[in-house]
Amino acid sequence: MADEQFEPRIVGFLCRWCSYTGADLAGTSRIQYPPNVVPIRVMCSGRVDPTFVMKALADGADGVLIAGCHPGDCHYQEGNYKALRRYRMLLRMLDKFGIERDRVRLEWVSASEGEKFSHVVKDLTAKVRALGPLRWSANWEENGQRLEALESIVREHQEAMEVQP
Amino acid sequence: MSTQPTKGGTPVAAKPKGKLALYWAASCGGCEIAVLQIDAKILDVAAAFDVVLWPVAVDAKVRDVEKMPDKSIDVCLFNGGIRTSEQEYMAQLLRRKSKVLVAFGSCAHEGCIPGMANMNDREEIFNTAYRETPSTDNPQDIRPQPETKVPEGTLHLPVFYDTLKTLDQTVEVDYYLPGCPPEADNIWAAIVAILEGKLPPPGSVIGANKSVCDECKRERSEKKIKRFYRTWQIKPDAETCLLEQGLLCCGIATRAGCGALCPVVNSPCIGCHGPNDGVRDYGARLMSAVASVIDAEDPEEIERIIEEGFPDPIGSFYRFSLAKSLLRRKKRSANGDGAGAA
Repeated sequence: MADEQFEPRIVGFLCRWCSYTGADLAGTSRIQYPPNVVPIRVMCSGRVDPTFVMKALADGADGVLIAGCHPGDCHYQEGNYKALRRYRMLLRMLDKFGIERDRVRLEWVSASEGEKFSHVVKDLTAKVRALGPLRWSANWEENGQRLEALESIVREHQEAMEVQP
Repeated sequence: MSTQPTKGGTPVAAKPKGKLALYWAASCGGCEIAVLQIDAKILDVAAAFDVVLWPVAVDAKVRDVEKMPDKSIDVCLFNGGIRTSEQEYMAQLLRRKSKVLVAFGSCAHEGCIPGMANMNDREEIFNTAYRETPSTDNPQDIRPQPETKVPEGTLHLPVFYDTLKTLDQTVEVDYYLPGCPPEADNIWAAIVAILEGKLPPPGSVIGANKSVCDECKRERSEKKIKRFYRTWQIKPDAETCLLEQGLLCCGIATRAGCGALCPVVNSPCIGCHGPNDGVRDYGARLMSAVASVIDAEDPEEIERIIEEGFPDPIGSFYRFSLAKSLLRRKKRSANGDGAGAA
């Protein structure tokens, strides 16, 4: 069960032309939505390399939102299609790593869709909250056996050397 | 200053003899062979250095290294990833004793094939090795134990870690020599650079900073791919870019230096040299590039092309670099093995 107190940390990559403006509109329209998404403005959703998403997750984010212009509306013609292909590829990869698909979402939000932006953030936050914290870096921590084993090697080698003439 | 006689035009005349160590950790031994592929130049290496440790070729003991003063080894070429406590100990020891520590080859640099076992944990790996393979004959299901008590005392085996780490995830590394294994020419160039003191800034990968495509002679045009094939599914033509023919050729994301060895023989680049400078995650960059040239705009069609084309995305995109990647490993099934949920 998810922790009642758990507040997900979600990184949002928002396209400068549509989605960031849409988020702005949500703000100026005084629409209420959870404060869990930290927005990062990018020039285009097509700028969002899978590296950005993986870095966010590895460094402690519990979820990631990528938002761009609707298909056909890209300021750079086809950046959002590139984002779509990369996103699908990324999801397939994240499946293999064992990261739930609900943690990473691609959405089309236009500059006039402040309402939609707030819905997306509400829904994503609720889903990530239900999944619980990701704590990705804990996956490669070794247990106490490691330090013990390292110390015992040093100890044994020292003892062995004392035996020598 | 001692004066060493010049041998065969070595760039290392008149220098005091240095100390060289070579070590292996979780690796296949190919890097050791690669060192010998510099052929007769190995004699120049022997003229310039005393080899103080090289388990595969020289009878020197770890105890002898332990007794040496710190920083008394001039150069240590370390190949292999870090999978056990013994390997971690050796990495720490050689770091302390060496002035220059080189991560030699893909395993030390990026984890390489042993690093792909990061898709499993120790328990799963042991199940495969000690129970499940057809050639395993182990009716009592005996597993390696870190400690075993016998009448004569307690015996120790190194602890096997859940996650393979690269050398630089374990100790500070001065230089990287990429490749699986590094090519003889590049090894020699690195040795010469070390001897002449013409090294790049610490932390650098010693090698070219351009992509395999720059060294590949195949004809390239705009890339638009409707379907990806595995190597056994098609016979590619020898003139055209392999990626354009639908094969996952990793050359676009991979550091040059090999002379496009694999594409030359009509086989796609598999990415053993790792990424160029400035790229944090090789697989992420490669999949970004490959995904962007998929020739489809419909989400379902994109999904189908990716699913059919890449049944094993980890093996396709992270064959050499999983341990070094941002995510490093698969989510651990028992995420409680000391990994506290702090």
